[in-house]
Amino acid sequence: MTTADISDDDVEKQFQVLDSEARSGGYHLNPDLEFTKKLVHGLLVNESRYGYPACPCRLSRSIKAEDLDIICPCNYRDPDLDQYGACYCALYVSDAILSKKKSLIPVPDRRPPRSERNSRKTIHTISSGSLSYPVWRCRVCGYLCAREEAPLVCPVCKAKKERFERFM
Amino acid sequence: MKMEHVDGRDAGKVVLFALSTCGWCGKTKGLLKELGIAFDFVYVDLLPPEEMDNAIATIEKYNPAGSFPTLLIDDKNVIIGFREEEIRGAFGK
Ligand code: SF4
Repeated sequence: MTTADISDDDVEKQFQVLDSEARSGGYHLNPDLEFTKKLVHGLLVNESRYGYPACPCRLSRSIKAEDLDIICPCNYRDPDLDQYGACYCALYVSDAILSKKKSLIPVPDRRPPRSERNSRKTIHTISSGSLSYPVWRCRVCGYLCAREEAPLVCPVCKAKKERFERFM
Repeated sequence: MKMEHVDGRDAGKVVLFALSTCGWCGKTKGLLKELGIAFDFVYVDLLPPEEMDNAIATIEKYNPAGSFPTLLIDDKNVIIGFREEEIRGAFGK
């Protein structure tokens, strides 16, 4: 699929999906609809190019294993929302931005540069032999659950199973 | 690396490294057009792999994070991200 194959209708539908997922998890899409829909278009372009919706504001090399942290919503969204009131692309914004109590400022990229990414630290698993279930953590939003396997989709931020890590 | 040229007032060598999908890149390009200066730009995500590698290496020289948009003025001044005031300031507006 090329950029030209993505219609306004596709963008509108995906916008509605993301908007309702955002609301259900307590997140907000940027109220600047023109800007936001361009990003949604970018996500659809990336999904068709790479097979996953890589962040529209970061360069993907089409290697999923290396891009897991920047599949939208990326691992950096929540800390950026806390610190700057918006994710790096400003697809998602905080309550304060939404209610115009704060204005958007440029967000520096929290993703480590290429040279440091390979040594990406995995979290330190607390070993607790006494637990009856392993505990899984969503890398996107921090949701924790104790069950044999991570859920297929995070109930809070809708990230897929592959974004979970063993926490305990 | 093939760049696209936008005509306008000569304000030195102005090169914008952007992604075709990125909102802030679009805003930066729009601002340069609004300021009416001549510039070259390249959508790095649309380059063939080898040229993409060269582009990334160039960007990282000026912006180690390798992020977009990266605006390079006269091969020395760099403005990272859509920093409207800074961009206007660099072109005296
Ligand atoms: S949540 Fe992350 S991946 Fe998604 S648009 Fe924002 S910065 Fe990009």
